[in-house]
Amino acid sequence: MPGKLKAKIVAGRHLPVMDRASDLTDAFVEVKFGNTTFKTDVCPKSLNPQWNSEWFKFEVDDEDLQDEPLQITVLDHDTYSANDAIGKVYIDIDPLLYSEAASVISGWFPIYDTIHGIRGEINVIVKVELFNDLNRFRQSSCGVKFFCTTCIPQCYRATLVHGFVEELVVNEDPEYQWIDRIRTPRASNEARQRLISLMSGELQRKIGLKVLEMGGNAVVGYLQCFDLEGESGLVVRAIGTACTLDKLSSGSAPNTNTHMHPNTAPASNACNSPSKDGKESPLAHGCRSTHNSPVHSVCSSQRLSQNFSVSVPTLIFTEEPHSVRCRPGIFLCPSSPILSTDTLSLPGSGSVGCGRGSNPRATTSAPLSSIQSDSALLRKSVSFTEDLLLAASGMGSGGSAGKEAGPLRTLLRQQTQTALEQREFPFFTLTSFPPGFLLHVGGVVSARSVKLLDRIHNPDEPETRDAWWEEIRQEIKSHARALGCHAVVGYSESTSICEEVCILSASGTAAILNPRYMREGCLDIGCTDHRFEEPSPPNCGFCHIPYDELNMPFPAQLTYCYHCRRQKVPDVLFTTIDLPSEAAVAGKGCLIQARLCRLKKKAQGEANATAISNLLPFMEYELHTQLMNKLKLRSMNALFGLHIQISVGENMLLGLASATGVYLTALPAPGGIQIAGKTPGDLSSEHISSIQKRINDTIAVNKELYQINPPELAEEGVGSPIPEPRHRSRLFRSHSESSDELSELDLSHGKKDAFVLEIDDTDAVEDIHSLLIDAPPPTGFYSCNTENMPGISNWTSGVQMFTSVRVLRLSNANLTNQGLNKIFTDLCENLLKSFYFKLRSMIPCCLCHLNFTVAVPEEELIQVTVTAVAMTYDKEQTQEKTAEKPINKGSLEAEEQLQFPLELCADSSSSNIQTASKISGVGESTNMSPRVSSLERCSPLQEGRSRSLRSSRSFGGSSVTVVKMTPLSFLPGTRIIKYLGIINMFFIRETTSLREEGGVSGFLHSFIAEVFAMVRAHVAALGGNAVVSYSMKECVFMENPNKNQAQCLINVSGDAVICISETDQESSASTANTGQTGGSETDGAT
Amino acid sequence: MSVELDVFVGNTTIMDEEVYQLWLDGYTVNDAVKVRMEGGVMDECEASKDVLLSDTMDQYRTFQMCERLLHSPAKLANQLLFQIPPHRQIMLIERYYAFDDTFVREVLGKKLSKGTKKDLDDISAKTSVTLKSCRRQFDNFKRVFKVVEELKGPLVENIRQHFLLSDKLARDYAAIVFFANNRFETGKRKLQYLSFQDFAFCAGQLISNWTVGAVDNMVEDMDEHAFQTLPSLRGKTKVFIEMEGSFKNLSRGLINIAAKLTNTKDVRDFFIDLVEKFIEPCRSDRWSAADMKLYLTHYTNSAHILDTFKHQVVWDRYMGVVKSCIFKMYHD
Repeated sequence: MPGKLKAKIVAGRHLPVMDRASDLTDAFVEVKFGNTTFKTDVCPKSLNPQWNSEWFKFEVDDEDLQDEPLQITVLDHDTYSANDAIGKVYIDIDPLLYSEAASVISGWFPIYDTIHGIRGEINVIVKVELFNDLNRFRQSSCGVKFFCTTCIPQCYRATLVHGFVEELVVNEDPEYQWIDRIRTPRASNEARQRLISLMSGELQRKIGLKVLEMGGNAVVGYLQCFDLEGESGLVVRAIGTACTLDKLSSGSAPNTNTHMHPNTAPASNACNSPSKDGKESPLAHGCRSTHNSPVHSVCSSQRLSQNFSVSVPTLIFTEEPHSVRCRPGIFLCPSSPILSTDTLSLPGSGSVGCGRGSNPRATTSAPLSSIQSDSALLRKSVSFTEDLLLAASGMGSGGSAGKEAGPLRTLLRQQTQTALEQREFPFFTLTSFPPGFLLHVGGVVSARSVKLLDRIHNPDEPETRDAWWEEIRQEIKSHARALGCHAVVGYSESTSICEEVCILSASGTAAILNPRYMREGCLDIGCTDHRFEEPSPPNCGFCHIPYDELNMPFPAQLTYCYHCRRQKVPDVLFTTIDLPSEAAVAGKGCLIQARLCRLKKKAQGEANATAISNLLPFMEYELHTQLMNKLKLRSMNALFGLHIQISVGENMLLGLASATGVYLTALPAPGGIQIAGKTPGDLSSEHISSIQKRINDTIAVNKELYQINPPELAEEGVGSPIPEPRHRSRLFRSHSESSDELSELDLSHGKKDAFVLEIDDTDAVEDIHSLLIDAPPPTGFYSCNTENMPGISNWTSGVQMFTSVRVLRLSNANLTNQGLNKIFTDLCENLLKSFYFKLRSMIPCCLCHLNFTVAVPEEELIQVTVTAVAMTYDKEQTQEKTAEKPINKGSLEAEEQLQFPLELCADSSSSNIQTASKISGVGESTNMSPRVSSLERCSPLQEGRSRSLRSSRSFGGSSVTVVKMTPLSFLPGTRIIKYLGIINMFFIRETTSLREEGGVSGFLHSFIAEVFAMVRAHVAALGGNAVVSYSMKECVFMENPNKNQAQCLINVSGDAVICISETDQESSASTANTGQTGGSETDGAT
Repeated sequence: MSVELDVFVGNTTIMDEEVYQLWLDGYTVNDAVKVRMEGGVMDECEASKDVLLSDTMDQYRTFQMCERLLHSPAKLANQLLFQIPPHRQIMLIERYYAFDDTFVREVLGKKLSKGTKKDLDDISAKTSVTLKSCRRQFDNFKRVFKVVEELKGPLVENIRQHFLLSDKLARDYAAIVFFANNRFETGKRKLQYLSFQDFAFCAGQLISNWTVGAVDNMVEDMDEHAFQTLPSLRGKTKVFIEMEGSFKNLSRGLINIAAKLTNTKDVRDFFIDLVEKFIEPCRSDRWSAADMKLYLTHYTNSAHILDTFKHQVVWDRYMGVVKSCIFKMYHD
């Protein structure tokens, strides 16, 4: 159980002058772990002290090892008065606790002070000796690996994916404790930093325990967030995906992981085992699913004015303005269940019915006023959700050959009662998967809930917060089921807090997964579905609808897949995941953003919560509309990596949706956009036609820009002209174009007629203008918010990660929604323009993983924080590749992957134990294929490879190790050979001399630079040279210029790794391989 | 509506050399934006003025934060705050320590004191180098002076090691420090025609030939070791001067200069003496540079023919330097 932690303080450098008289410092160091403190000698009169201390030894429980950070304080000795603190270093020793990661932490750490920033550096060595105790996993979970990466880490293979793990811990925020009134800001900040560090450690340990319980050995896609709830406390919560990972071809990996999970078998067997027990409750593991909202519903709806209610299925939210106490169940308006009863209808027709009910003139641009006047609309939208819910169970049963909804529900209930919490939700925080894992994608499912915060009375049992999330997850699950899906992938959760109101949001992508990777008993009912009988081709299979076309959860236009012609696909697909590597795309992708501001009256408590939850549906609706329009403008038909953030402020709500648009060749080509006046004979027809022309031109330009020339285009006649405006009103009845197969099911929608935007007032004109002002990136730039840039894979080595923060003050008090929207849109656009300009030296280059976060830190302030990475690519190669890629890559991989569906069929038939064991021989090669292709994806520079000898080029000649950082899971041109552990750091910086530090910009600039420096130093000390999957989770900035003060909190996380350049990897990997595995796998790797 | 806060921080610190130069040259942010706009950078990437302003502000902030490190360039290599590729670090340092020849010409030989610093605005007006830039350059001189002042060993090498400068720049700084330390007179009108590079060359000659390497004992060294014997030459030289009258004067001038080197105060006038006693007479006689060269070469060598002359080594050492200084200084 216990472990021995050893720390040695070697030296310091660049210390600040603490004694003005001598211009020198008498420094000494305190090393603290838990309640034990050691001190070094004082090193007098030096700014570069050499302590070279003895080894300080701490004998501690491994539980403490996981929770506590090692705390190093550098002080200036003062004979007569109290010693002055110079600064601190917190070292998270978690990476030392699992044998595969780092073995020692050694290096220079910046000495950080929350008031003064970095003040010199200190050289420290830390080691841990864990005593092997069989019991040691009782309370601690040492040995469980954590990854922020949202795909299977590069040098591992997932043999089992166990599923969702979540945990949250709460505490009082030291900033709000009474003692804060009498202590210094420094003490207060440090208390907070330390507390959060402790809480993250505890959270990680608890999650680790859950993983061990499930039989896994790792958490992938670990997402940890803080909710600074102010008075009511501090919540640290995390979600992740428990997996059993096997290390691939590593020279040094001891088999520590095998003993942890129940299937002691080596990789090849392990992957067969899960399928065996098909008899267990069908809901057991992977089959719970959530709901969806493929965007197509929005588009189709839009076409006619019936849109509003119809589109709503895309937006699923829960609104629960809360009554004063925040216990669950006291909802003011437990809206959905009640309402659902009166609007119950079959999902298929339900949409239409709803549509009719709504005001037919509430068109696309739905001015707020008109919507608000008809509050029934809102109700309806909510009720619709419930329809979905019911439909969901119905559909699930339909798929599973005759099971009724009733039994299913009972099963579900039983399951809920008996199953472990972790198995409750078939959610996956991963966003990209091994080929073959993802079978079908339904669409985006999301849920939001407005809550009133209240003091957390008993921090040890954070039940309320747990219950809140539980509700939301249930919601998501039922949404997914409505889409006929049993799982939610690309799942994430977030909050936005303003005063006492909190919006909880969750979103993901409903999907059907290949059960092969799942745990025993998680075979889904869906697997026996007819859909699985024939293998679907990998490059279009995921687009095929998972739901039943007769019971569509929302109105959608279905066509036969443009790729295989065998299955139905929707006309548009929205997802929160990354573009599957095997997907066939045409041209390049691009970042698409929808931005929205909504003013709101200032209110308190309940009234405020109600106001917010009333606004939410409209915001979601408009964001989707914008996304849809922008997608069409770019002539694309799918969105990946969709992330919708709604942020609440005192007097406004901000909505920002970002996604990467792409043209999937399996989906039908998007129609154009049709502009129409309110009445056919509108005066401004000239005006309209000029706008129409601009739109058409934009579409043409965009096609060119993103090189969207799908081969099928001509044959299908997609380019056919947009229908004349006067035909518009009849479109929904008479689509001459609609194909035969569709005519019977699709009652109201044409196959690919244009998408109509109505101009009925000036607001609508504004909206259309705002559509058009999104400037395309300048030549040489592309942008996306996903891991992979669709259409570009030949990265060269240039990588520049950056963070940018901009805060805008709205000085004009009388702003309208439109005015705000414009300001907000300009803010985002200008940020992008700034990036392009700053990074122009990297052309040709792509901004990847553009992650925008919006906040309303104060009334009249809008804050946008962006983290992204710019990567250079080889232009020449791109062009030839894009031409061939969709076909080539598709067919190549199809061959490879045929094995999956085949195997899957075998697996899913309940009695295939023999097959499974038989396969194990073949399995060897099968298992290789995901690896090969992931290799390909991650290492685009294949032709550049030369078999050079090993060289440690990655560690540059300078005395400071170069540490690269990227929000992506890979670094181009390199291969990750070792994951050293998770980096999760929280810093507070405060100043009382804002002007002297260069104002707010100067203050934040140096703070962000300091945070980067501290991350790099920790990675370097672990022996790493890069951080992947880096993200800035939190950047809370508060200022008080009148008092010359400012404070900022930043939370960052990522995976510390060692990566070597591609060419080096060739030789070292193959030698390692041959040494270890007799060469059989080497062929696959190279 | 106003931008309250606007920052952009790259993991690898992004620096535009053009903006860096504008910053070094002391442009304000707004002026720098104007210059950049005129430079046509807006056409790249369809930038607007706002974009340019934001970018310039970011970079100015970065440079200000770096400035502290640039004061002791060795720190730049092992600091952790900014991740800057080595070649960029070299560029940053080299440009930060670069100076305007016109500016340095003004302060050359002056005491690097607060008093001089107060006069910088006059110099700024005269040289049209911005005051900010003048201050940076002046502070650089002072900083280098202060550091090498206390060091033993070869001056140029010390500067190069402590400030990680290129050889050329280190030599220039050595010249500046040498001039400041010896307070050579360079401001007289007669010397105005000489550029900094002329002086730097001479300083280089003086440093490498007349000092044993350390700045602080340079003067004594120069005086006592080498030149105490030269006055004794005065009488003897007449013997072998077989040239015309002006030559005698020239010769006497050179010898007198050598003699004066024993006196610290007179050392300051070394350059003015060279000009007054030698270069001006020659120029008024319209000697070409080639004539001058020929004369000095023969003049130096003729000392060797003289049997009674015992100070061959010292003579060569003296004349070698004087000769090359005069060559350098002999122009319009």
